[in-house]
Amino acid sequence: MSHLLEVKDLEVKFGLRFGDLTAINGVSFALDRGERMGLVGESGAGKSVTGFAIINLISKPGFISGGKVMFNGQDLATLSDEAMREIRGNQISMIFQDPMMTLNPVLTIGTQMLETLLAHRNISRDEAAAIALEKLRKVQIPSPEKRLAQYPHQFSGGMRQRIVIAIALLTDPEIIIADEPTTALDVTIQAEIMDLLQQLCESEQTGLILITHDLGVVSQVTEKIAVMYAGKIVEAGPTDKVIQKPRHPYTQGLIKALPGSLQPGAKLNQIPGMMPTLTDIPPGCAFNPRCYMCDTICREQEPPFVHIDGDTCQVACHMVKPDSSNGTK
Amino acid sequence: MRTKIQKFKASYFLYSFRRDKVAIFSFSVLMIFLLLAATAPWVAPMNPYDAVNIDIMNSELPPVWMEEGSLEFLLGTDNQGRDMLSTMLYGLRTSIVIGLGAVALQGIIGIVLGLFAGYMGGKTDAVLMRLADIQFSFPYLMVAILMSAIFQVAFGLGSFERLAVPLLIVIIGLSNWPMFARTIRASVIGEKNKEYVEAARVIGLPTRTIIFRHILPNSLTSVMVISTIQVANAVMSEAALSFLGLGMPVTKPSLGSLIRAGQEFFFSGSWWITVFPGIWLVVFVLVINLLGDWLRDVLNPKLYKG
Amino acid sequence: MIVFIIRRVVQAIFVMLIISLVGFSIKDQIGDPVRDLVGERVTPAERAVIAERMGLNDPFLTQYFRFVKNAVTKGDLGRSFLYNKPNLEVILGKAPATIELVFGTALIIIVVSLPLGVYCALRPKSILSRFTMSFSTLGVSMPVFLTAILLIFLFAIHWQILPSYGRGETVDLFGLGWWETGMLTADGLLHLILPCVSLSTLMLPLFIRLIRSEMMEVLETEYIKYAWAKGLSPARVWMVHAFKNTLLPVITVFGVQIGIMFAFTLLTELVFQWPGMGFMFLEAVNRADISLLIAYLVVVATIFTAVNTIVDILYGFINPTVRIAGTK
Repeated sequence: MSHLLEVKDLEVKFGLRFGDLTAINGVSFALDRGERMGLVGESGAGKSVTGFAIINLISKPGFISGGKVMFNGQDLATLSDEAMREIRGNQISMIFQDPMMTLNPVLTIGTQMLETLLAHRNISRDEAAAIALEKLRKVQIPSPEKRLAQYPHQFSGGMRQRIVIAIALLTDPEIIIADEPTTALDVTIQAEIMDLLQQLCESEQTGLILITHDLGVVSQVTEKIAVMYAGKIVEAGPTDKVIQKPRHPYTQGLIKALPGSLQPGAKLNQIPGMMPTLTDIPPGCAFNPRCYMCDTICREQEPPFVHIDGDTCQVACHMVKPDSSNGTK
Repeated sequence: MRTKIQKFKASYFLYSFRRDKVAIFSFSVLMIFLLLAATAPWVAPMNPYDAVNIDIMNSELPPVWMEEGSLEFLLGTDNQGRDMLSTMLYGLRTSIVIGLGAVALQGIIGIVLGLFAGYMGGKTDAVLMRLADIQFSFPYLMVAILMSAIFQVAFGLGSFERLAVPLLIVIIGLSNWPMFARTIRASVIGEKNKEYVEAARVIGLPTRTIIFRHILPNSLTSVMVISTIQVANAVMSEAALSFLGLGMPVTKPSLGSLIRAGQEFFFSGSWWITVFPGIWLVVFVLVINLLGDWLRDVLNPKLYKG
Repeated sequence: MIVFIIRRVVQAIFVMLIISLVGFSIKDQIGDPVRDLVGERVTPAERAVIAERMGLNDPFLTQYFRFVKNAVTKGDLGRSFLYNKPNLEVILGKAPATIELVFGTALIIIVVSLPLGVYCALRPKSILSRFTMSFSTLGVSMPVFLTAILLIFLFAIHWQILPSYGRGETVDLFGLGWWETGMLTADGLLHLILPCVSLSTLMLPLFIRLIRSEMMEVLETEYIKYAWAKGLSPARVWMVHAFKNTLLPVITVFGVQIGIMFAFTLLTELVFQWPGMGFMFLEAVNRADISLLIAYLVVVATIFTAVNTIVDILYGFINPTVRIAGTK
């Protein structure tokens, strides 16, 4: 079955003075048309890098060192920059974290919206303006006509992010990659923005890759989820299954760490230790120093990423048998 | 103290220095210059500031390797009969004294004012920064020139000549303190919001202590970078002032005054009066600038050249 | 927007008042207006009478206000003892020469540093970039007057292709009567080349480095990354998104540098015997003409303040965030 987007064994390295560091170590997942997927993990796990790697926009000195990113039959990792430019912002749009930093402060919203359209479509400015207005209305920005001439700093944080979403929708993309879209916003606005994003993706059948560390958001919006740790995916599957019955000890720890599952007054659950930095990844399974199920094999061999539960879920853990229900402790 | 030295030796700072040939070269040359300047009274063949040594009959003699040159005046003599080599050494010494003195003065004024402005904020900040802005809107060289000119006209050339060195230190020092003030202030404002400051305040440390013992050391990197630039600027300013006749007097020439004196004779043949001090000055300022560049690259992590 | 402009202008006026006060105090202490008016061969009795008539025995503030009033309404900045003419007249007579010098230099700087700076930012490892950067440190270390002397030696004496001093032939600009310009004659232009080039050698490295480092910093920002993510062409990302943001700080620096350029014209005018304000200033110092000196101070201060205010306002136009906030 061919997917809209298929990432296979993606590897990303950073070329530094004293050697190359592996940031992404063999990540694979797929996305179908209109599917909403979450990419979850702590800061530094490599989720943002994965997002950027899909459109080959990793900051130097990072580069894609292996694997494939198959999109519409093409391997994006090997495309020339010119060819990539036609896909970026066009078929695959991206939403960054902090709209105040992503919108250019000295250009009007109108300019920043129209340029995207004019770069990818052969239409007149008026036609582009019409499309821009339509998208602004879709993200529920009041009086959009007036807004085109305004500057980013004249809007509130929530409005800015709506504008960024509108920009992402301008070209009716097939996939939107959203990198922590609500982290920089107030909690009350977060919910609104996530609702909006979900609605729009559903109605337009746009694929969504939601990169976040917020499990709450992910459980609301996405249909499937992949959990990343130290540059690899350790668990993947349908969102509700993974959240209700996490198999990988790390995922289990993440779920348990959510305050919602506690009695008032109880201590917060923590996963002991910290995620290793790129330079100190331990041999074998990267999670082994912090894992309660750790055994000798975990310290020696990297666990394979295998299907369990009849194909829908995947886990990378030696201690999880494909047929058993090694669940929560 | 011992661990500090050990830490320094193992630090990235020294590591970076050792690997950068330009930095090593510049530093060595600078050390040679400083050594020469410090030992000038003993190293120089004669004391060019003492009129006793000067015989106008010796004027405009070429360097030793040309016709009419003599071993007594290795690099020739200037238009008044002074030995070029000695005058250059003494001139270097004067320039360094004025340069360092001026920067020390600028630094003290600027740092203190900047620290208070940045830390206190509010009215103090507004007033001090207004002052700095006003002065900043005038090019420091212009301010120095005007101060020197007015002093000369007001008190006469005689007093000016007698007080030349300290006066120039004060003039150049006062003309460029806003640079230090602004830099420190920006740094302080950045540090002010960090947790260690709040912690210090919570413990109840007095403002003065917080500013000097805690914030200042953390702002030092920007000070170090600015200082090198400012020393180069101060030396150039002094040379410019002397060239204009508003700096070191003719009887105690510095490199700038030598170049000026040499200008008339340059085209008629006695090129050494201008060229040697010129090269001397340029190389000196160049190594300071190179070190400053290197310092800035090392101390500023933002600009990692990956 | 209007509020912003008004605020800046008021600030400028305030600065000017302070400067004029300082200048006037100096003049009051050191100057000798009687001598300026009637020369030195006057008896003490006559001096007393004249002093009385000139209002020199009035209180300080009265004299000061008179000074300001005269300056603003009549353009009377005192009288030059040296030239035996009103100061403003002397200064205005010499101003065109200096202004043309600064203008020519500014032109060279803009034309050379912008493309070179941008290029060095976009292709930092190319040979041209490395060469430019190494040369720039040298450029900053060479005093203007030394460069000037060397240039004269090379071009005027050794190769004899450019004139070595003076302004050359000048003509009346637009028939204005008082502006003698050297820019409309071939000879005048030839004379402008060496001084402008000398003056620019000090500033060029500064601007090239500034543009380069600003541009490089801008290229690392989130919004530039976002622009790439939108699939925009490199030309658009560099020229529209990056460049505009780079220009902002460059313009402010340019404003300040124009002021510095004026200071350095003193050095250049001395070497080239260029009959401008700087040369005039040095003569005034030599002959102890305080009145002219202070008038020069006031004029120069006005120019700097005006330039800074204009630059601030222009900055406000280009950077919309400053307008709303109102303060720097």
